[in-house]
Amino acid sequence: MSEADGIMRLRQPISVTYNWSAGPNATSHLNGLLEGTLIGKRCPGCSLVYFPPRNGVCPKCARILGDDVVVGPRGTITTFCVVNVPFLGQKIKLPYVAAQILLDGADISMQHLIQECEATDVRIGMRVEPVWKDRSEWGPSLENIAHFRPTGEPDRDMGVEAGAS
Amino acid sequence: MSRRDVAIVATAQRPNEVGSTLTSVELILPVINDVIAKVGIERQKIGFWCHGSCDYMSGQPFSFVAAVDAIGAWPPIVESHVEGDGALALYEAWVKIQTGECDVALVFSNGKTTSGPIDRILNLQADPYMVTPLWPGFDSLSALQARACLDAGIMTEADMAEVAARSYRDALNNPIAYAKENVTAEQLLARPYTSAPLRAHDCGVPVDGANAIILAAGDAARSLAERPAWIRGIDHRIDTQRLGARSMTESSSAAIAAAKAGVGNDRIDIAELHAPYTHQEILLRRAMNLGEGTHVNPSGGALVSNPAMAAGLARFAEAAESVFSGSADRVLAHCTSGPMLQQNLVCVMEGE
Repeated sequence: MSEADGIMRLRQPISVTYNWSAGPNATSHLNGLLEGTLIGKRCPGCSLVYFPPRNGVCPKCARILGDDVVVGPRGTITTFCVVNVPFLGQKIKLPYVAAQILLDGADISMQHLIQECEATDVRIGMRVEPVWKDRSEWGPSLENIAHFRPTGEPDRDMGVEAGAS
Repeated sequence: MSRRDVAIVATAQRPNEVGSTLTSVELILPVINDVIAKVGIERQKIGFWCHGSCDYMSGQPFSFVAAVDAIGAWPPIVESHVEGDGALALYEAWVKIQTGECDVALVFSNGKTTSGPIDRILNLQADPYMVTPLWPGFDSLSALQARACLDAGIMTEADMAEVAARSYRDALNNPIAYAKENVTAEQLLARPYTSAPLRAHDCGVPVDGANAIILAAGDAARSLAERPAWIRGIDHRIDTQRLGARSMTESSSAAIAAAKAGVGNDRIDIAELHAPYTHQEILLRRAMNLGEGTHVNPSGGALVSNPAMAAGLARFAEAAESVFSGSADRVLAHCTSGPMLQQNLVCVMEGE
């Protein structure tokens, strides 16, 4: 406690330890990441493939997700944002791109970094592939992927599909 | 404006367990689907969804938003969340129906109580300036309250053990209760103190659980249930958060809520009291003037299974089920929240 400027302050660090469970439905997804495989889950009701499998349920059907489905590793950018603003703890050189990527075979997009190209070259429909970190750094996390980079394939036309999904 | 008649028409509860490896969403989803299946209603007919839970228990801000995944929120729905017990969410849903904005509401709650040190976590709900920094723990605060009651001569440790023994024995008949034992007060008194004057049996057993309830108004209720549990009175009162400024030997908020809910207007067959500590059941019985004719917590109550944030709504489910089955005509459901009975919600329900 300090009262140097007439204001009483109290520093109160808080610490609570949890046993957090990913749940049975997200476990195959996380175990897949340990092996470098991208595993999503298919809803037994509407057949949509969720990657990542969220909380193990389909929010449209209110059903527990069903079969594992291997997706990607390549995907298509559905939308993106060029980050120009510096912030505390930033590790990546500005400007950089955060994009929503629809992995091949998946029905919802995931967010990741786009690197190995100019930010100004990134566009909706651009084909990308993951660049994995060194295996020694892997854990049950999408952070095993350092970033995505362009594959050089022709762009995918997202007009109709993006509007429909 | 006159009050609309509102009733509980269906309930669903998950068997209480310890160390569940499911996510909160996976805990909730089956009970929501169960309760909807019981009344056979189309999801689109549910005009309001209200959820009770505590983000501190999952250690994740806005974790309750994920629960919307368990609802099947497409086409879009009207929903709300209460950072507290599901019974408080039920109160919000009852108010929503009173406004005339909907006729049917679904209320649900969940508590993964065993995924962290709940006694420590609940501290984060206390007054953040004067109480939380001391990290007293709810068991310790409740022990202070029990000590004050013993010193005032309001009850004895044997009275408290009697409450526990009755609850543990009644739980033998409740398939979803977690702790159950054919035991006597004398046997319990031979066991050691855990937080004197409290012994293990004086403190509700932390468990993981989830439950859901459907509320409906008037004719909608009659069409969904053979014998709805009509809410005749419901009231929520709060004592000051300054622990030193309120009496530890009585619960004025419970007394006022019970009077406003009309508890004393007629006999109460069954009272499901949310008393996570034995001495608190005795305090609540006194505050609400419940007599010998009232069977308190035939389910075993929160002592035998205390899924934090779902234990209050579980009392509503148990009380309503006794009306559905015809085993009771006039019942009381109660929920507490905060340290040492700080908040009290009292509801009186009747069959027709």
